[in-house]
Amino acid sequence: MSGSPTGAEAEPAVTEAEPVTAVDADADADAAAVAAPPPVLSVRGLSVRFRMRGGAHVAAVTDARFDLAAGECLALVGESGCGKSVLASALLGLLPENAQTAGAALLGDGTDLLTADERTLARTVRGRRVGLVPQSPAAHLTPVRTVRSQLEETLRELTGVRRPALREAGEAAAERAAFPAGHLDRYPHELSGGLAQRAATALALIGDAPLLLADEPTTGLDRELVDRTVDELRRHVGDDRALLMITHDLAAAERIADRVAVMYASRIVEIADAADFFGDPGPRHPYARGLLDALPDREFRPVPGMPPELSALPEGCAFAARCERADEACAVVPVLPAEPSSGAACHHPVAAALEASRA
Amino acid sequence: MLELRSLTAGYDRRDPVVREVSLTVGPGESVGLLGPSGCGKSTLARVAALLHRPDRGEVVIDGEPARGWRHRAPRAQRTAFGVVFQQPRLSADPRLTLTQLIAEPLRATGRGAEAPDRVRDLARTVGLGEDLLTRRPHEVSDGQLQRACLARALVLRPRWLICDEMTAMLDASTTAALVTAVEDYRADSGAGLLAVGHDKVLLERWCDRTVHWDELTRA
Repeated sequence: MSGSPTGAEAEPAVTEAEPVTAVDADADADAAAVAAPPPVLSVRGLSVRFRMRGGAHVAAVTDARFDLAAGECLALVGESGCGKSVLASALLGLLPENAQTAGAALLGDGTDLLTADERTLARTVRGRRVGLVPQSPAAHLTPVRTVRSQLEETLRELTGVRRPALREAGEAAAERAAFPAGHLDRYPHELSGGLAQRAATALALIGDAPLLLADEPTTGLDRELVDRTVDELRRHVGDDRALLMITHDLAAAERIADRVAVMYASRIVEIADAADFFGDPGPRHPYARGLLDALPDREFRPVPGMPPELSALPEGCAFAARCERADEACAVVPVLPAEPSSGAACHHPVAAALEASRA
Repeated sequence: MLELRSLTAGYDRRDPVVREVSLTVGPGESVGLLGPSGCGKSTLARVAALLHRPDRGEVVIDGEPARGWRHRAPRAQRTAFGVVFQQPRLSADPRLTLTQLIAEPLRATGRGAEAPDRVRDLARTVGLGEDLLTRRPHEVSDGQLQRACLARALVLRPRWLICDEMTAMLDASTTAALVTAVEDYRADSGAGLLAVGHDKVLLERWCDRTVHWDELTRA
């Protein structure tokens, strides 16, 4: 763990609501008060920055913190380049060499995804405890092998099924993701976008991982396929798994999420209950509000200006330059409330009362 | 007027994806073409932009039948179209800076001298900051690169714009910004638009009228 830009001073005081895990360094918190099972994923003060040539740094993720409970679906939304995919890579231990991380990302059993070594990640985490539904399934599948062969290989590795039971197990795995058995002997390039998506989902589900990570699972699919894909993901989450869906598609997020986290310029700026966020009272952070207003079925008006470069983030609130509510208070970085079941990192959040008066 | 007359096109002559499709876009009109993925709507858009030679049928641009396709199209017809594709990464030369990328059509038609002024104007139109213009595609986000691709499509002041899933990869705010830039250009120039996509809500909000692929093929 090398020094993060903000991780050190922002190291969280673990709050009482946070369940305690065995190997957690902060395990002196009040364990007796905790009745609920530990979260499937607990991200605490996660920061990622990249060292660039010439000594420059890119702060891709800054002090992210959220919990994800079993049966819950959290949608992480934000515009391209805000750092959300880097966050996903960090959770899978797939960051490039020049990345430095700080904070912690704890699985239910206490494994820290940020500090676990490659051997642990490869043998016990990826596929087994964290399943990945990738961004472009066609690119994720091996082009020179059929879907059946890829499903069977994954089954052999993750569940130990051997021939002759393998064939049937492969068909059952395809069935779980509604991948039609008649297409199992096809190669990835022979599949439509929707079928490739289901093949990738079927692979992600094989390990029965308690945490599913979906990185832009619906990019480039048409609306009907988007709806079907997210409905399937939702169905797989059920009651005992958790889903973190990273997306820029707000309609997909609305359809599936229990909670929404909005990311802007490397920080999570708002976490809210999905019904509150998309319905009444609506988002509290002015950026989140602007993002919703940009939808074609709302005002269809872009957020003015452009997001800042992650290599040159301003002092203070990164959204201030685009924000009509900004004033001198915004020269200080606003923080997300400590136990963020919901809240906005903003000095001037949009209040419900104000909304009522405007209506 | 942009007329697509009983077009049949595809990648296998025995099994064309576009069969006997006709569509007309009036002067200054914006038409949204809706359809599921894989239906052939992008192929139709490529034919309309003179980028794909149809097996049968005719494209008529402002009364004049298209006389060639791709590089064989006469320059006056070729430059009547501005095209924006779905994936900016695949439609941008990675070796060019954004300035060079936007100016490329001017250079290719021997009008490189106009480049500095036009690029500066267009960068403002599509919302690209000065500091981004010296970068290459890998140094900018998808949204920023698509803004540059739109600027490139507008640089020759085309009479027709073809937007094939222009915003499918983009977030809501960038989508609204790019559509606003297209509409500002059209209000200023009177250009017509064929926007292809699968997002019904978006195209109905954006275009004067929308047609569904099924309606075209059934007719």
